[in-house]
Amino acid sequence: MGKTAVEKIFDAHQIDNPFEDICVLRLDAVFCHEITTPVAINDLVSRGLDRVFDPGRIKAVIDHVSPAKDSKTALQGKILRDWARRHGISDFFDIGANGVCHALFPEKGFVRPGYVIIMGDSHTCTHGAFGAFAAGVGTTDLEVGILKGVCAFKYPKSMRIRISGELASGVYAKDVILSILGRIGVNGATNRVIAFEGPVVDAMSMEARMTLCNMAVEAGATSGICAPDRTTVDYLWPFIKDDYTSREQALAAFSAYLPDPDAEYEETLSMEVTDLEPQITYGYKPDNVRPVREMAGTPVDQVYIGSCTNGRIEDLRVAAAVLKGHRISKNVRGIVSPATPKVFSQALAEGLLQVFMEAGFCVTNPTCGACLGMSNGVLAEGEVCASTTNRNFYGRMGKGGMVHLMSPATAAATAIAGRITNSILYKG
Amino acid sequence: MSGMKNFDGKVLFLDRSDINTDEIIPAGYLTEIQKQALKPYLLEDLKLSGFDPRRDIDGKSVIVTRSNFGCGSSREHAPWALEVNGIHLVIAESFARIFRQNMFNCGMMAVELPKTDIDRLFFEFSTKPTTLETDLNTMHFRFRADGREAVFPFVISRFDRELVAAGGWVAYADAHY
Repeated sequence: MGKTAVEKIFDAHQIDNPFEDICVLRLDAVFCHEITTPVAINDLVSRGLDRVFDPGRIKAVIDHVSPAKDSKTALQGKILRDWARRHGISDFFDIGANGVCHALFPEKGFVRPGYVIIMGDSHTCTHGAFGAFAAGVGTTDLEVGILKGVCAFKYPKSMRIRISGELASGVYAKDVILSILGRIGVNGATNRVIAFEGPVVDAMSMEARMTLCNMAVEAGATSGICAPDRTTVDYLWPFIKDDYTSREQALAAFSAYLPDPDAEYEETLSMEVTDLEPQITYGYKPDNVRPVREMAGTPVDQVYIGSCTNGRIEDLRVAAAVLKGHRISKNVRGIVSPATPKVFSQALAEGLLQVFMEAGFCVTNPTCGACLGMSNGVLAEGEVCASTTNRNFYGRMGKGGMVHLMSPATAAATAIAGRITNSILYKG
Repeated sequence: MSGMKNFDGKVLFLDRSDINTDEIIPAGYLTEIQKQALKPYLLEDLKLSGFDPRRDIDGKSVIVTRSNFGCGSSREHAPWALEVNGIHLVIAESFARIFRQNMFNCGMMAVELPKTDIDRLFFEFSTKPTTLETDLNTMHFRFRADGREAVFPFVISRFDRELVAAGGWVAYADAHY
C-alpha cells in the first residue's frame, strides 16, 4: 500500500514507538518566539536542564511584541535573547532583523521538504507549504524539543483536498482557504494533515501556498502540506545550491517526499474554484464564511494588512495595486505591517510603501502585534476590523472587538470605501 | 517527578462547542511568565450567556463541555490557567489536538466521552451542583448530584496514562530520551 507524504516523513524520522500509534520523531528544526519559549526556558533552568539539543537546529525570533511595549514584554524578549546568547544559537533574530516567524523562517531557507519542525505557535502548519511536516505545539512539547530534539505525535491521518479550475481576477489563496474552512468547519480536519493538491496549488507561488497551509489549523489540522515541486526548488535554490549540482537533482531528492499514487486518505474533497468569489468571515469562528458580496457595505473602523497569513511581498503588491491613486476613508485607520525586514525593504524598493502612505496607511515595522490584540493596532470595544489575519475569535484583536478575515485585495478595497467592499470595484 | 494530580471535585458545565484558547485565556495575558499570574483571568472572554467567570469558576475542579474544546492558539497558558485554578480535568465530546496534548503534557487530563454521554450529563446534571469522582484504575467517572448518580467508562491511551503517572511529558521524556 502506498504512503502519504507525511507518512513518509514520519517513517524517516521515527526514533521510538513507545505505544501503539505514538511516534517519537527526531526534529530537524525547533522554532522559538518570545511568547511561548520563556516559560520553557525558565522551567529547564529550574529543573537544572538548561541545555539545547543542537544550537544549529534552533531558530529564534522576537516577533509577537516588537519593539517591546512594556516591562513584561521587554522581559520576555530578554529571556529569549539571553538564552540564545548563552547557548550559541546563531539564528536568533532581534529587532532590526526580526519579522513574523512564519514569514521570516521560510525566507531564511530554514524549511525544507521532508523536514519535521515544531514551534510553540499554532500557525507552524504554514511550513507544510514546503512539503515539510510542521506542527504547532505547546510549551511543554517545545521544552522537550529544545532539550532532546524529539517530539511525540500520533501516526498521522491525512485528508486530501484537490483544488481545480482557475482563480478569477481578484480571488486569491486566502479566498480559497476561507471557502475550505466554510465547507469543512473548524473541526473538519482535527488530528489530520491536510494535503493540498491539484492544478490550482501547482500554479501557486510559495507565498500563496503558505497562505493556504497557514490556516489549516483553523480547521483543526495538525498541519497542511503541499508536494514539493519546481516552485519549491526555485524558492529554496539560493539556500541549497551548494548541496545539489542542479535544480533537477534537488527536485529528484525532494521527490522522496511525494505521496504515492495509491496512498490512503481518510477523506478526499474536490474543489472547483473557477467560480469562487472573494470570501470573508462574518462571525467569531473562522468557518463563519460567506462571499464578500453578502457583507458589502458593513462599516469598519480599522483595516489591517499583515501577519503570517498575508504579510508577504505578494500580499503587499496586491493591496497596493488596489490602493494606488486612492485615499482611504476618513472613517478608517489603515495599518500595514510588512511581515519581515526583507518584505519591508522590497516593498520600499518597489514603491509600495509610498502607495500605502499616500493612501493614508500607517506603515509599521514587522510584528505579529495586532493580529492577536497585543500591540500595534489593538481594537477598542465595539470596533470592527477588516483584517488579512487568520482568527476572528471574540476579542482576538482587542476586548469586545469584531474581526472580519479577508484577502489583502478585499482589505485594501474596504479601506478605500470605509465599508466592506469587493476589490473588483477598484480594478481597471 | 511532580506526582499525580487530583481529578475529583465540583463540576463546571460549559454548554458550548468550539471554545477557543483565546476565550480560555486572552492573548493580553500571554506576557505573564509565571503560571500563577494567570489565575484571575481564566475564561475571561468566554462568550456564553449566563456565565460569569468571577462567580462560576471558584471551587470547581472539573469542566464538562461540548465539542472541539481548546481550538485555536497553541498557548499552553490555557491548561496552565486551568491548573492554577485547580481544574485538572476537562471532559468533552472532542478536543483540538494541541490543547489535548498540552493537558496530558502537563500531567492533566482531557478526556473524550461520546456525544450521548455528554448530552445526558448536561440534561441530568448541569443545572445542579455536581461532583465527580475519577477512578483511574478502572477508568470510570462517577457523577453525583442531588441523590442522583451516573457512572461512565472512559478511555485514554497507555501513553496518556504514562504522562499522567509521570506528572507530564518533560519528566517522561527526560527519563526515556
